[in-house]
Formats: sequence, C-alpha cells, structure tokens
Amino acid sequence: MALSVNRREFLKLAGIGGVAFASGLGCSIMHGGATANMSESDDFYFVQLSDTHWGFTGPAVNPDATGTLPKAVAAINELSTQPDFIVFTGDLTHTTDDPKDRRRRLGEFKEIIGQLKVKNMRFMPGEHDGSLDQSKAFQEFFGPTHYTFDYKGVHFIVLDNVSDPHARLGNAQLQWLNTDLNKQNPNSKIVVFTHRPLFDLYPKWDWATADGSQAIKILQQHSNVTVFYGHIHQENHHMTGHIAHHAAKSLIFPLPSPGSQPKRAPIPWNPAAPYKGLGFREVEADVEHAKYDISEFPVGRV
Amino acid sequence: MRRLVARLFVLGVFCALIVAFGLALLSPGNAQTSERTIKIIAHKFEYDPSEIRLRVGEPVVLELTSKDVMHGFNVPDLGLRADIEPGETVRLRLIPEKAGKFEFYCDNFCGVDHETMGAAIIVE
Repeated sequence: MALSVNRREFLKLAGIGGVAFASGLGCSIMHGGATANMSESDDFYFVQLSDTHWGFTGPAVNPDATGTLPKAVAAINELSTQPDFIVFTGDLTHTTDDPKDRRRRLGEFKEIIGQLKVKNMRFMPGEHDGSLDQSKAFQEFFGPTHYTFDYKGVHFIVLDNVSDPHARLGNAQLQWLNTDLNKQNPNSKIVVFTHRPLFDLYPKWDWATADGSQAIKILQQHSNVTVFYGHIHQENHHMTGHIAHHAAKSLIFPLPSPGSQPKRAPIPWNPAAPYKGLGFREVEADVEHAKYDISEFPVGRV
Repeated sequence: MRRLVARLFVLGVFCALIVAFGLALLSPGNAQTSERTIKIIAHKFEYDPSEIRLRVGEPVVLELTSKDVMHGFNVPDLGLRADIEPGETVRLRLIPEKAGKFEFYCDNFCGVDHETMGAAIIVE
C-alpha cells in the first residue's frame, strides 16, 4: 500500500525507525505499520515542519543552521509518494529588529522550501516571524495568518496566536472561529494548526496562549478535534477533554521538557549525536475514524 | 447666648475631627504612606534590578517602566501581570503572603532574546 511504502522510505531515509502516535478518539502510542486497514478513499497524509528559524546563528546549539532545513527538504523530495500537503507551523525565520533583514530571511526561506516537489503548502507565523510587526512582512510573503481549508473530508483551521505580541488570538479571531465552526456539523472532522499551545502547557516559559482557553471552549463543542502546533521545539502530546494537542520538533534546536530546568535555554549540540532532538513528522489521516497516526522522523542523515 | 455656645461647640468638634483626620493621614502607621516603592525598569532583554527582595507581610508598590519597547511583567505564582508601555508607569500593589522565590518574565514578545528575559522576587 502506498502509504506503507511511504513510511518505509521515510525510515530508510532517516536511518532509524520512527515512533508513531495515534491521535483521535482513544489516543494511544503505537509503533509504525498501522496503515494496512485504511480505506483508499480516506487515505491521505501530510508532513508537518516547524520552527525552522531561518537566520538563526549559534554554533553551540546547531553548527549546521543553514543546512538543516535543506536536508529536510531533500528528505521529503526523495519520497516516491509525496505527501498531500506540507504544513509549516510557525517560526519559519528567526526574529530580527531590522525589517529588511526580516524580509530577506522570509525570502530566503521561501526560496528554499520552493524546492519542495509538493506545492500544496500551508503556512502560519510564529512569534519570531510576526510579533514585532503584527505579521506585516509575513503576509507579504505568505498571505493571511488565519484561514480555513478543506481537504478530503477534513476541515482544517489555521489560527494565529502570535501577531499580537502578548500571544492573544483576540476577540475578532475568536468570533471568526466561532462563526466558522457554527457552519460545521458537530461531528465534522476538525484539525487545527497553530504555533503556540492553545492550553497552558507551561506559562512560566511562555508556553501558552493568553486567551487559548476561549478557543478550546469553542472547539470543544465539536466531537472530533485535533490540534497540531510547534513553538516548544519538542514532541509533546496532551489532552484537554476530548481534544488532542500534538507539539512538533524543531528543525533548528531542541528545548528542554517543560519545567525540567530553571531556564528554557536551547539544548547544546551533541557532536556524538548530531541533529539529536530535531526532526519533522508525517501525519496519516484516517478520516472515517478521525484518527491521525503520527510518525516522528529525525533529520540529517541524507 | 446658649445658641452661640452650642454653635461654637459644634464648630470646635468639627475642627477637631478635621485635625484628627489629617494627622491620621500623615501618621507612619497609615497603609498608604508605609508602602515601600520598588522601581523595576524593563529593557531589552533584562529587568533592572534582576532580583527583588521583600519580606512576608510587607506592603510594597512595584513601579514598572520600560526604557525601549513594550514588555510584559508576569509573575504567575503571585497572580500579577501587566503590560509595560514605554513612557508610562505601571504601579502594582503587593503584600507577599508567603516566603519563596517567585520568578517573573516578559510575556510580550520583544525581540531576539525575549525568551531569556526574566528575573525573580525573593520573599523572606
């Protein structure tokens, strides 16, 4: 089956096996090879890349800062069956006070990911892209910061919780979300992409959205909702009621687990295990069962 | 005559009350005047001072200003937060109820080292 071959190719490219996480009703951790029973009509998968921080320099945490993203692009292009789409969940670039530099970094990022074979790509800003100018530059390159799209029976919602520097979605966007969801059936399959966690993962490290609880309250009126996000530079899985929230790894440097040390400083590069903690993920959607099998893959061995 | 004495008596009581009220306002025991003011200046990407020492039960006013851009001031464990706009002064009253170290951080994205911008209140 195409998706199984796809996963094997990912494993081959990555050099080691990925651990998969099944998300949806009855979340459980599992290992790869769970695609055999998926019906052909429901089959689709997407790739999530996050926190690429193009423009970052810091040899102590990533001496290959300009090479990591191109390696991920090459890995995805090597797949014989390409993902249906690719989503970038924010912090495409590392922040700068200089508006010209910001645009240059956004332009360079766009040029690099323009080499991906898959042209169906979705973007949203992270605070590094958009908090200093309310995502003005981001929008010049990638369009709106919050929007919806539908794909093979799933309603996707992209939320912007960074253009306000205080990490607020804001009343207007919350109202927009409510209006959009009111048009959906209560059992519709909903997937949300956003940059920061909508729930209070660890507010002391600013790992939260100021008014995220209001978004969750609106989303909880629907029975099949899954959230994919970035920001925390590590894999994390959390439930708020029946809603699953999945954080993705970064492609620049990993961060420590929430509250595990006094400061949220990047984890130093380990020469004995280069690229450790970095990676991207494949998400296979079983639309009928509102289930999303997540496979995490490392980067840097292509 | 009696009416005049009564009026003078009422006037005297009134004046005494005013004097007593004024003395009460100026007395060291008054909560308004006993609050220690602690100035905290936020700038990229630090708070000055970076450590603030308080005593349990001591009423203080935290006076927050910013030297450059808008910063945040968030002390989750004390339930305090404010936006600090440049050119404005934010005053927050606090009476620490328990000893401990209470970290605070900037929660308005302010630039490249925003993630490192934090400090602590030490209550003894």
